[in-house]
Amino acid sequence: MSKAFRFWGLFPAWALMVLTLIIPVFIVAAVSVSERGAYGGFDWGFDLTAYRQILFTLGWTDELEFDPKYLIIIGRTLAYATGVTLISLILSLPLAYWISLQSARMKLILVYLVTLPFWVSMIVRVYSWLIILGNDGLAERIYVFFGGADGQGFLFTWGAMLVGMVYSHIPLMILPVYAAVEKLDPALIEASHDLYGSRWTALRRVIIPLSAPGLIGGSILVFVPSLGAVLEPMLLGGGRQLMMGTLIQNQFGGSRDWPFGAAIAMVLLTIVVLVLIVNARRAARQMEASA
Amino acid sequence: MSRQSAIEIAGVSKQFGDFTALDHVDFKIQQNEFFTLLGPSGCGKTTLLRMIAGFETPTQGDILLNGKTISDSPAHRRKINTVFQNYALFPHMTLAQNVAFGLENLGWAKGDIKSRVDEMLEMVHMAQFARRKPDQLSGGQKQRIALARALAPKPEVLLLDEPLSALDLKLRQSMRDELRRLQRETGITFVFVTHDQEEALDMSDRIAVMGNGRVQQIGAPDEIYEAPENRFVADFIGETNFLDGEVTALDGDTATIHTALGIDVTTTQSGVTAPGPAVLSIRPEKIGLEAQAEGETREGTVVSRNYMGGFTHYTVEAGGVSLRVSRRNAQARADRIEVGDTVTLGFQPANARILGQ
Ligand SMILES: Nc1ncnc2c1ncn2[C@@H]1O[C@H](COP(=O)(O)OP(=O)(O)O)[C@@H](O)[C@H]1O
Ligand SMILES: [Mg+2]
Repeated sequence: MSKAFRFWGLFPAWALMVLTLIIPVFIVAAVSVSERGAYGGFDWGFDLTAYRQILFTLGWTDELEFDPKYLIIIGRTLAYATGVTLISLILSLPLAYWISLQSARMKLILVYLVTLPFWVSMIVRVYSWLIILGNDGLAERIYVFFGGADGQGFLFTWGAMLVGMVYSHIPLMILPVYAAVEKLDPALIEASHDLYGSRWTALRRVIIPLSAPGLIGGSILVFVPSLGAVLEPMLLGGGRQLMMGTLIQNQFGGSRDWPFGAAIAMVLLTIVVLVLIVNARRAARQMEASA
Repeated sequence: MSRQSAIEIAGVSKQFGDFTALDHVDFKIQQNEFFTLLGPSGCGKTTLLRMIAGFETPTQGDILLNGKTISDSPAHRRKINTVFQNYALFPHMTLAQNVAFGLENLGWAKGDIKSRVDEMLEMVHMAQFARRKPDQLSGGQKQRIALARALAPKPEVLLLDEPLSALDLKLRQSMRDELRRLQRETGITFVFVTHDQEEALDMSDRIAVMGNGRVQQIGAPDEIYEAPENRFVADFIGETNFLDGEVTALDGDTATIHTALGIDVTTTQSGVTAPGPAVLSIRPEKIGLEAQAEGETREGTVVSRNYMGGFTHYTVEAGGVSLRVSRRNAQARADRIEVGDTVTLGFQPANARILGQ
């Protein structure tokens, strides 16, 4: 009974995975190798044009010309996602550590506050940054107060985009980092001070190595969705610099090149899967080392 | 003798909110001393140790290391190391890396670190485990590594917070000997915290008995045991009988007390400032029965008897007072004293002590 039970007991989970995850991925894969329809959309078939398009353009005489413009977008997306991840990491570690030092009641309240933005729609949250960073917004007023020149606000810059992306994703970093730091034995930090370690030494040689699983987990949770961010580049970055997310969005929306949009989506998926594989390997190695 | 004290606690108080954990604590620890802070749980021993280490700041008062205040230096600038209660070994480092940690932070040269680590691991008989991680060790082995790690940087003072309490009984005895050996070999001042009086009596050069956030008495183990200065110390260290009474005559360190037993005893006193109510403290092993009853004697009835092998403990009722008496079984076939027997008991006044209320 137990074998059948295990299968049927988990059936809802399997069904959900297949319906919402596996089937859509296959559909996207299928679309990416279809032909572009004459009036947008696509016609089923097998055609690698969309993938070729990532690296090459057709010249005047139909010859293939290498064109790095999409590679640049992919590279830029990776760079922004890495930046967002690093900034989130650097901000989260001291914050999580500080939370872990509070009383049990205070910890609950603070962790709740960290998750609070999740209760508000993503669009509303990004829009609120439009107001804060916009012309005569809070950010500009503070800037002017401290002697900066009055200007047109900070919107539609890479800085605005980074701020928005860090803001959207940082709770996903704080929570796992907090969970790891919380478990640290305070006596270990005291021991490192006792043995002539400065705060920096304690951070570098005790806190970071011992909370590494949380730091890595949080980094993946931030890095992966940052790769596909659409709202922040569009609204805060003003869509001036394309990202993979906005590029995909354009193909399904404005340009109506569904196969190309799907092909970029497959590239994005491949990057994500690679990140996850590298991490799984690392985790397996660590398990082995500590066994 | 003007030997510099290793640690001086000068009028230190510690408040946690409204709660006074330590109340004007004042004493000196000599160089090369095995000094013990002994007291019941919650009396402030750990708090005091943490203030010496630099993890806690005194609300009031000053702490001096070799005559210089260390109140302003953070923990990592004090040449003091700690053996933590649960060892606090770094789980992600090998034992050798754990021992090397302090030396690296002090900026020792690589070669010096290596030879010092080897030397320390050798000293605690753990050389063959150098490359293991802490979770592969037994409690006793962790203890040794914690000692090696704390002694490696040659601190001026080593602090140990109940280091033996997590070990099983048999290991505890051998670690006592080991700790004393390490203290003698290294010549480092040890400040040892325990709530176990037997451990304190066995190991220490001097003991500070703490109670209710204050130091109750400081002295060598035999002084603490034989000449307690107050009821708290007499009660906490070993067992004793307190006989209520009235001090009728007082002359400096000696006094005469009229006890509830109905006898007058003249002996040394502590804490009595004027004639009036006081207690006489007399330890169970200092009361003799029958043939051993010397000095002041009295008739009594045995109400209980506990045979312990080397000793037999009796409770004897005399004149409405219940006394615990402990008798060494020096002969294999001693005359047996049974419950219900009427016995003569007695003690030498010099072995008793009068304590103020
Ligand atoms: N950080 C703290 N906050 C509040 N009270 C504390 C704190 N640390 C210790 N105490 C209190 O101070 C008293 C002494 O504690 P401690 O020094 O740990 O005692 P001991 O080590 O002798 O058992 C205890 O009553 C304890 O509850
Ligand atoms: Mg304690």
